[in-house]
Parts: sequence; C-alpha cells; structure tokens
Amino acid sequence: MSVVTAFFYLFSFVAIASSVMVISSRNPVHSVLFLILAFVNAAGLFLILGAEFLAMILVIVYVGAVAVLFLFVVMMLDVNFAELRQGFLQYLPIGALIAGIFLLELLLVLGTWSIAPHLIATPATAAFTPPDISNTRAIGRVLYTKYLFYFQISGFILLTAMIGAIVLTLRHKSGVRRQNVMAQNARSRKTAIEVKQVTSGQGV
Amino acid sequence: MNPSFPPEIVPLFMPAAAEIVLAAGILVLVLVGAFRGEKASAVVNMLATALLIVVAGILIMAPTETVVTFNGAFVADGFGRFMKVLVLLGSLAALLLSRDYLRRDNFDRFEYPILICIAALGMMTMIAANDLIGLYIGLELQNIALYVLATIHRDNARSSEAGLKYFVLSALSSGLLLYGASLVYGFTGSVSYPEIAQAVQGPQGLGVIFGLVFIIAGLAFKMSAVPFHMWTPDVYEGAPTPVTAFLSSAPKIAAMAMSIRILVEAFPGITREWQQIIAFISVASMLLGAFGAIGQANIKRMMAYSSIGNMGYGLVGIAAGTVEGMQGVAIYLAIYLAMTLGVFACIQGMRTENGRPELIADLAGLARTSPGRAMFFAALMFSLIGIPPLAGFFGKFYVFAAAVQAGLYWLAVIGFLTSVVSAVYYLRVIKVMYFDDPRGSFVPMAIGERVVLAVTGVFVLAFWLAPSPLRAAAGVAAKSLFAH
Repeated sequence: MSVVTAFFYLFSFVAIASSVMVISSRNPVHSVLFLILAFVNAAGLFLILGAEFLAMILVIVYVGAVAVLFLFVVMMLDVNFAELRQGFLQYLPIGALIAGIFLLELLLVLGTWSIAPHLIATPATAAFTPPDISNTRAIGRVLYTKYLFYFQISGFILLTAMIGAIVLTLRHKSGVRRQNVMAQNARSRKTAIEVKQVTSGQGV
Repeated sequence: MNPSFPPEIVPLFMPAAAEIVLAAGILVLVLVGAFRGEKASAVVNMLATALLIVVAGILIMAPTETVVTFNGAFVADGFGRFMKVLVLLGSLAALLLSRDYLRRDNFDRFEYPILICIAALGMMTMIAANDLIGLYIGLELQNIALYVLATIHRDNARSSEAGLKYFVLSALSSGLLLYGASLVYGFTGSVSYPEIAQAVQGPQGLGVIFGLVFIIAGLAFKMSAVPFHMWTPDVYEGAPTPVTAFLSSAPKIAAMAMSIRILVEAFPGITREWQQIIAFISVASMLLGAFGAIGQANIKRMMAYSSIGNMGYGLVGIAAGTVEGMQGVAIYLAIYLAMTLGVFACIQGMRTENGRPELIADLAGLARTSPGRAMFFAALMFSLIGIPPLAGFFGKFYVFAAAVQAGLYWLAVIGFLTSVVSAVYYLRVIKVMYFDDPRGSFVPMAIGERVVLAVTGVFVLAFWLAPSPLRAAAGVAAKSLFAH
C-alpha cells in the first residue's frame, strides 16, 4: 500500500467519522469543531488529487470564514438545541424505514453501474491538472473563458443574496446617530476646541 | 508563460444579448436605488418596466435560428424566445400590479422591482440552459429572488411564514434535483443535454431512470405539480398579492419551459419512460386541483389549487411528447398567463376603505357595485373553466387534441372530467358576484390593476377572433425544439 493510499484512507476515515460527530454530538460548539475537522480532511483529499488550489480555498473559505461564522452564531444565539432535537427519536422508526427503502433502491441502481470502456483503457489520462501549468492557472484559464456564463450568473446569485439580506433585515431606526464624515471634516479648531482660562485653586 | 488564448475560447455574446442587457440594466437600477435612497421606489419601478420592455423587444427582434454559445451552456432558439417573452410579460404585469399596492401598504422599497427583474433574469437563464449546470444556477438565481419577494412584507407574520416555508421546501427540492443531476452525470458522463441524449439511447439501466425521476421531482416542485404541491396554498395565501400574482405566472412558465427542454432535448431516447411519470403527475395535479379548491373560502388559496390544476393540464401536452403536444403547451401557457394575471388584478382590486378582504364571500354583489369589473372577472372565470369561445377553451383544446393524437385518450378524458369538476368553484365565484347581496363596496382599482385587467380581459374575450398568430408562434417554438 503506497503512502498516497494510506493517506487517502486516513483522510476519508476521519472525514466520515467527524461528519457523523457533527450531527450526533450534543454540544453545538463541538458540532462546529467537528465540521471544521471534516473540512480540513476534505482539503487533504483535494491535496492528494493534486488540486492544491482548491484545498487551500477550502481551508481559507470554509474553515476560515464559514465555520468561524457558524461558531459565532452558535455562541451568540441562545438557541436551546437539545429542545430542537426532542422530536428526533419520535420520527426515527419511519425515518429509518424510508432510509432503508432508499438504500435498497440505491443498491439496485449501483448494481447496474458500468464504466465506459474508454475510461478503463486509459485511467492515467484522467489526471487532475495539465502537467505543464499549475492548477491555479488551469482554473483561471477556464473560469473566465469556458465557464464565463456560470461565473457571471453565480456572481448574480451572490448579489441577489446580498440585496435580499439587506431588504429583509436592514431597518432605519430613528434617533440613531450615524457618522457624518463631512461634518467631521468641516470642524475647525475654532468650533471644536474651547480654551478656558482656569484660575488655580478654583476649577472651571 | 504568455497567457494567450486561442480565439475560439471567446464565446459569442450576441445570442445572449437580451440577458446581458437585462443584467446590465439590473446593476444600473441597483445603483439608482442606492443613490436615491428611500424615495427611489417610483423611479426604479418605472425604469424596471422600461427595461423589461426593451429586453422583450430585443428578444422579438432577435434572429430566429438556433445558436448554442458559452461552450454549450446556453442555447438561443425559437422555443426559448417564445417562453422568455411570456416570462417577461408576466414580470411586467407583476410590476404594474405592484406599483400602487406597495405604496398603499407602506412598504414601497426600490429593491422590489429589482428583485422582479433578477427573478426574470434567472428564469431566462433557466429557459436558455443547455446543460444541467446552467439549469441549476438559473433556477437558484430565480429562487433566491422569489424567497425574498415572498417575505418582502417582513413585518407581517404571514408573509414571513410564507417566505420561510417556500425557502425550506424549495431548498429540499433543489437538493433532489441536484442528486438526480449527479446520478445522470454519473451514468452518462456529461451534463450537456445533447451529450446526455447521445448517451441515453436504446434500453437503459435503472440508474439513468433513477436520476431522471429525481430531476422530475425537483422540476415538479418548481411548477407545483402533485405530489410536490404542498407549499403552494400556504405561500400563495401568505405572500403579498402582487407577489402571489408573480409567483403564479412567470415562474410557472419558466419551470414548464425548462422541463420541456430537458425532457425533449436530453432524454428523447427514453420518451416512453418519462411519459409515464409526466402522465401520472399530470393526472394527480388535475384531480387535486379540481377537488382541493372546492372547499376553499380564501380566494388566493382557491387560485393556488386552480394553478395546481392548470399545471396538470399543461403537463398533458408534455406527456404527449410530440411537436403538437409542445405547441399545445406553449399556447396553453400563454393563455394561462393572461387568465391568471387578470384574476389576480381582480383579487388585488378587492380593497375597501379599511383593509383587504380575501374571502370569496367578500365579493358578494360585485355586479351591482362595480359591474364592469364583475363582467371581466366572470369572463376570466368562464375562461378558466374552458367555456367556448373564450381563450381558456382553446388552451385546453390544443393540449387535449395533442394527447388524443398521441394515443393518450384516457388522459384527455380525465382532463375533460376534472374541468367539469373545477367548474363548481369557478361558478361559485360568479354566483357570489351576481346573485348575493352586496356587503359594501370596494374602492376604485388602481391604474396598474386596470391596465392588466383590461388587457387580459380583452385578450380572453377576443382570442377566438384571431387565434392564428399565437398558434403560429407556438408552432415555430415547438418545431425549433425538435429540430436539433
């Protein structure tokens, strides 16, 4: 067993185990920490594939931003998660039944799986990156040309999410004092400072 | 290394001219709104209306041949053009209907018209999508705008509930759709429709069908067909009326159009298999739409069930799977659009001095208090039943005729019978308007509501005089779908 295979199994096992812990641990903070572990292991899997750019993005965006945000939300909102989960056991039998049927169907589907002949013949050509350029450059090359359309529409989705969040949550309260840069800059020494002569022993 | 690109990588932009203009226009509107602040609502609404008209004009002027661009992600053809124009008309009507409503209820925010335009952009992307990724991102763009629109009356508990329900259930259905797409990709090795069509020929294993079932489930949710209709009545009731009018018009057409495209262009090899699924969904929707609406007291809930039933009638044409079937669906959708928007203009006109009653019983005696409005409303209701010579009759006629031609007699018979059942609740509205004693009168309708009601009412009443232009346009659209 090569080192790569060993690492593949290591990362996969830890990723799956920590995903299970995400949904089963009682303390929501622990859940988020396990989520971070799962992300890091997924990044490890990308590294094995040779996609180091995606691996780093995964760590920076998901661990650095998303998971930390989750952590903040969990810590700041006083949600009683134990109470939310109370119905869980009640629905377990029916849920397990449906999951069982679904698993059976999936096995039937997987039974018909066949690999296209040209893939079996040349497994080596399915390399993740072109050999002569780094994969960051490879992604950049297709992202703004071949996948321009998807890229632009995804940008629009993010813009819409931003507009939506503002529409639904921003409230203009009266009586809130906002920063007024103009007024601040317009202050001169005369209007800002008052010089008082303090006589000693008497105070202002 | 010099990053020089071979020239063929730069895609053709002209086929997507309408979408590009709309997208650029939206960005300008956002800027206008942001700089003018609270007072921008009226200006942005007017500009958004103009923008949609310009985009529809570009679409109508565009050359008719089929062009695939953006590396196979985007297709511009006659079918897309027809459906996109319908979507834009629906969005335009939603803008007209909302102008006055938003001002009266004190939540006129400039983001509202912008979100309508963004949803229209998402729908145009869905219709033009030529692969599964394009379909999904278009769908998400549309959905995110719609969630926000349904919740836009954020201080109203019912509106917030509607938005949340829509969001959660729609996210679930998107998950189903993506799962199906991943199975199809796994079994065919491609996400692009033509390549899937090439891979899916002859007898198929279970895997592709399994994926297709999940994709259809996701699509059925988006068009609120049974058994994925549960969200419809609650969301329709809770959302503000102009938003409900929008939800029941343009997104339905876009969902139907993208379903037709994916079924006809990606899975022509297993038509018999998907025909069965579509026929079942169609029958279930027609039955539930007809029987579910009978007990409803709230007119918006009634219209929700009516729209479920109407999607069932549209699906009859898809189940036929032929050029005539798709032509029938195209005609049906155009007529459905007019009827729904007209009815919602009437519902929105139900406004008294101190509130907005929404019960069918509140329409009592409308024929005496405002006879003109009652006449149009009654015409729309007769048209929804399918009484000749009103437009609704022709819509149903073309889809049922296509089903009969394709040998699906039983489907046409069930469609006919459910139409008779649905007459019960449509006639009840007419009876309440014409034979019950007035309970007080409504204030006059706003100008936007009048325009929408007049245009749709005249269309429904006078369609039989000149049905051929719409028929011809729908015929061109359906043929372009089967041409490649």
